[in-house]
Amino acid sequence: MAYDKFTVLHSSCVPLPLENVDTDQIIPARFLKATKREGFGDNLFRDWRYNNDDSPKADFVLNNPTYSGKILVAGRNFGSGSSREHAAWAIYDYGFRCVISSFFADIFKGNALNIGILPVTVSPEFLDKIFKAIEADPKAEVVVDLPAQKVTLVATGDSESFDINGYKKHNMINGFDDIDYLQSLKSEIGVFETTRPF
Amino acid sequence: MSKTLFDKVWDAHVVKKIEDGPDVVFIDRHFIHEVTSPVAFLGLESRGIGVMYPNRTFATADHNTPTINQHLPVEDPLSANQLKALETNSAKYGISHWGLGHEKNGIVHVVGPENGITLPGMTIVCGDSHTSTHGAFGAIAFGIGTSEVEMVLSSQCIMQPKPKKMRITVNGKLGKAVTPKDVTLYIISQISAAGATGYFAEYAGEVFENMSMEGRMTVCNMSIEMGARGGMVAPDETTFAYLKGREQSPKGEAWDKLVDYWKTLKTDEGAQFDLELVYDAANIEPQITYGTNPGLGTGISKSVPKASEVIDGEASYKKSLNYMGFNEGDSLIGTNVDYVFLGSCTNGRIEDFRAFASVVKGKKKADNVTAWLVPGSHIVEAQIKEEGILDILTDAGFALRQPGCSACLAMNDDKIPAGKLAVSTSNRNFEGRQGPNSRTMLASPLVAAAAAVTGKVTDPRELI
Repeated sequence: MAYDKFTVLHSSCVPLPLENVDTDQIIPARFLKATKREGFGDNLFRDWRYNNDDSPKADFVLNNPTYSGKILVAGRNFGSGSSREHAAWAIYDYGFRCVISSFFADIFKGNALNIGILPVTVSPEFLDKIFKAIEADPKAEVVVDLPAQKVTLVATGDSESFDINGYKKHNMINGFDDIDYLQSLKSEIGVFETTRPF
Repeated sequence: MSKTLFDKVWDAHVVKKIEDGPDVVFIDRHFIHEVTSPVAFLGLESRGIGVMYPNRTFATADHNTPTINQHLPVEDPLSANQLKALETNSAKYGISHWGLGHEKNGIVHVVGPENGITLPGMTIVCGDSHTSTHGAFGAIAFGIGTSEVEMVLSSQCIMQPKPKKMRITVNGKLGKAVTPKDVTLYIISQISAAGATGYFAEYAGEVFENMSMEGRMTVCNMSIEMGARGGMVAPDETTFAYLKGREQSPKGEAWDKLVDYWKTLKTDEGAQFDLELVYDAANIEPQITYGTNPGLGTGISKSVPKASEVIDGEASYKKSLNYMGFNEGDSLIGTNVDYVFLGSCTNGRIEDFRAFASVVKGKKKADNVTAWLVPGSHIVEAQIKEEGILDILTDAGFALRQPGCSACLAMNDDKIPAGKLAVSTSNRNFEGRQGPNSRTMLASPLVAAAAAVTGKVTDPRELI
């Protein structure tokens, strides 16, 4: 499925300063019953965001109009747990295009890249600076520059570079996905398949 | 050059290396289930592409199936729709489908190995993080997202950077009532739920060499709970004995030839790992978790640690204890238990039911406990009956449900009610994992059985 191209993103942020935010929190299993990729954003962080009677929990950040933006900033080990891509879909569908953390779980990171969300890994110190800047000014702007692989905190001018492999970077900038690429390799794959012992 | 087991299997599957990018990795076996596959099939349709090798993909329904009255139509229309989609998609593309009611239906990570679909040296993926289970056979097996399910269906490959390698060695002999689940919960408690992120693990040493295939599956299954993409054990005579004669295992000459190959699948002397961890089995007692990630566990005789003693940050740790209703220093033994769940791809195999029965034999289920005993497959269910385990369970006041993932992720109706505390043999104790606002303590089948007959967290060493 094609996604929006990602080059340079200027945005305020939504802070979630918790560690080990697992995919069951991002989207609980009972909301995985759809057979289409639609509407998952409504259930993003469902049980932190809503009471049992579906009324919003006032103290959860997504229900606080002070915070908005296309960047979610979260504590270390974001996206641990299940392989459900629905977690990445929910984040994308809600309107986020980038998640910044000091550490991502592997499968989540791969899923995010595959659907056009940029996971940006920063040092714990830089993450702390972002949280502090948002605390001081909820509208604090962050610039995520994918071509330059640099994340900048506009208010202080602090910046840090981040890693991404060249192949994925190219895909993100152009909105390409792996399936298109793999289709182009089908004859090579066909030859390889005949050599498998099982 | 010396190679690790992981290198040998990975390198044999690289179709193409991309400079400054991932490897294109060929996938021998692909398992699909009803929850993470429908959108992948929609993707194929919207692109107008097909399934490249339908005989390399196997479908089974498990995540979203009821565990009682499976002969009746599924009541929840959304669940029924998802099950129907798996059936329709499988039929359309010629994929083998063991749906609800099929004699071989069960949890994907239980039915793959028990039917000989999983073999050493393979690459195996599924849109489920506990695909790591199959690593017990010396396969590279890991969970993938739905975009990758679409990749495998359409090209039999995925694109992955080669992970770093770690080896976890456990030496010595396990003590009384210490099971494979305790070994894995112990390791995760030592390194945290993120301690192995970025790595693929190999389990080595006397403890794993002496472990049954069921036990190795339990350990490899939980690899993802320490952040590793997967874990593997070198295939040996235990592996070959388990696989020989299974329905889809190769036979005759083909089998002999493969066994010769499989015997080469072990880490060479001098091969390098990025990380080596070594533990002594004597330090492992029956384990139980007290927090909301699998790294927050400890020996059953211990108390809830102080924030300063755990790897997790203080804010997250306090939130976790607050959710569970525990305080630092609380004793775990004696905690009142409302529910017991025996099952899942972690502990839903015949050995797990044998272990549970060994504790409850001649005793009675505690009145305050609701127990859900869910076999991992129909084949496990049949074994439970044949071996007389069902009679032991029935005499002790327990009933057996029908196969499925059940309360492990509570997608179906098997939800632990809000506020209730479950001792569960499954793999995750995340907030709300087993039902909104439910509380989970992860443990072995022996600890679960001890809780089921006493109504509280009890050291199984006192009962056997």
